[in-house]
Amino acid sequence: MELSLRNVSHAYGETQVLDDISLRVPAGQISCIVGPSGCGKSTLLRLIGGLERPTEGEILQLGNPPAGCLNPLTYVFQDFALLPWRTAEGNVRLVLEEHRLTYSEVKEITYDVLGRTSLLEFRDVLPKNLSGGMKQRVAIARALAVKPAVMLMDEPLSALDAQTRELLMEDLVRLWLRTPFTSVYVTHNLAEAVRLGHRVVVLSRRPGRIRETVDISLPLDQRDRGNPMLADIENHLWDIMRDEAAEADQELVHGG
Amino acid sequence: MADDLSAPKTTMPKTRMQVSEARPVRFRGGGFRPARRRWLGPLVFVVLIALAEWGTRSGWIGNLTLPRPSDVASTLWEMALSGRLWLHLAPSLTRLFVGATLGVSAGIAVGLLIGLFTYARAALVPLVAALFPIPKIALLPLFVIWFGIDEMSKYALIAFGTFTPTVVATYGAVDNVDRTLIRMGQSFGLSWHSIVRKIVLPGAMPGILSGLRISLAIAVILLVAAEMLGAEYGIGAFILEAGSLYDLERLFAGVTILSLLGVTISFALGLVEAKLLNWRS
Repeated sequence: MELSLRNVSHAYGETQVLDDISLRVPAGQISCIVGPSGCGKSTLLRLIGGLERPTEGEILQLGNPPAGCLNPLTYVFQDFALLPWRTAEGNVRLVLEEHRLTYSEVKEITYDVLGRTSLLEFRDVLPKNLSGGMKQRVAIARALAVKPAVMLMDEPLSALDAQTRELLMEDLVRLWLRTPFTSVYVTHNLAEAVRLGHRVVVLSRRPGRIRETVDISLPLDQRDRGNPMLADIENHLWDIMRDEAAEADQELVHGG
Repeated sequence: MADDLSAPKTTMPKTRMQVSEARPVRFRGGGFRPARRRWLGPLVFVVLIALAEWGTRSGWIGNLTLPRPSDVASTLWEMALSGRLWLHLAPSLTRLFVGATLGVSAGIAVGLLIGLFTYARAALVPLVAALFPIPKIALLPLFVIWFGIDEMSKYALIAFGTFTPTVVATYGAVDNVDRTLIRMGQSFGLSWHSIVRKIVLPGAMPGILSGLRISLAIAVILLVAAEMLGAEYGIGAFILEAGSLYDLERLFAGVTILSLLGVTISFALGLVEAKLLNWRS
């Protein structure tokens, strides 16, 4: 399944947040959206997932979600959004309980996704006892459990420390290599974007417009840390963003 | 330190001055962190009771000021043996249970409505604000007219008294449920019903339970008030009767029962919290 955004604009009251965004999210690829803070990239993701309605333009699903898909557009949140009163396994089960699945199907899916995120031995642990990295892996397992057509990832690594972030990035690459998934990945971290993105969309500061789209053809498994080609792309992205980021930093905050 | 002293001559004076003034950094952290001291609570009781016992025995506390704690204890013991304790306790506990159950469940239901629906909030919050400050005891004569002199009016008083604080605690707790968890539920396609049952209710539970502490204390106060105004049996009636006879031992025995009731309720709520809220860090 692909997604297509046509001339999407969004405003909160008087404040124009997004301006005329047209974008195609190709199947089986990770599309990264980067931009200075407050450029509306998280808003864009909420629009794509149907948590908010765009003021103008339309967001289309092209084709049908794959068989067995329980929730075509599935989020991974920055702050994990785990229910603190449920164990790792309980949090995965939460999203399966809603569907007509037999007990053994639920169990099978739960164990499969917890295994893929190496959390099987922590399945009975409450979130309060999990590290930040493990919490986000539970959230990723929960997202995988519903076999999404598109994973909508909202700064999934931003709440983690640098080392955990590095490890989780490797986990994400491994997950993608095993079963390629379609994803829109919002981040402000350019290093993440060039390591994970098949294409990187740079947004301007508010109101967010598409400044440039950069395709990175290098396969994910060849993108080592410190790869000179990636460094060049990252520098190029930073050149585009630098002035925008500086100006965005000077702006006063207007409400939400 | 020795290395510092043998450093080059040019830096000598400064270094030596620093060394001569070396002292440990003053500790200024600590405190503001409640720690558990299990023995201290009971110890306060023991000390106060021992003090009263000693005072009444040695005579510097008069007989009419305070009864001897050991006499109160033996009165309680006799009451327990003769069955009079149960005769008064059973109707009180029934009233407390029925009244508080009615009030708390209605309060949680209305609190949830207010927390979940904009119109319910707009319509009911002012009403609750108007009802909350009314001293419920003042309404007892009215309740007697409405519900009769027997049990119903007592249930109604306790229910009404526990209702308003429960409503306020519940909708406050619902407001405080993490919105990102609700958005998460929506993004996974959970039904409205599931979101309320699996996310909103458990998320509001800490607030509801702490509201329950206040509601149940109010329930005990209202129970006694209702029983003092018209009941044959009950702790309140018992205390009133003892008071009018100036039978201080029995009066204090009644007060002790109320105190124990309060402590028991608080302890039971503590157990429920430990069980239901073990997920809190």
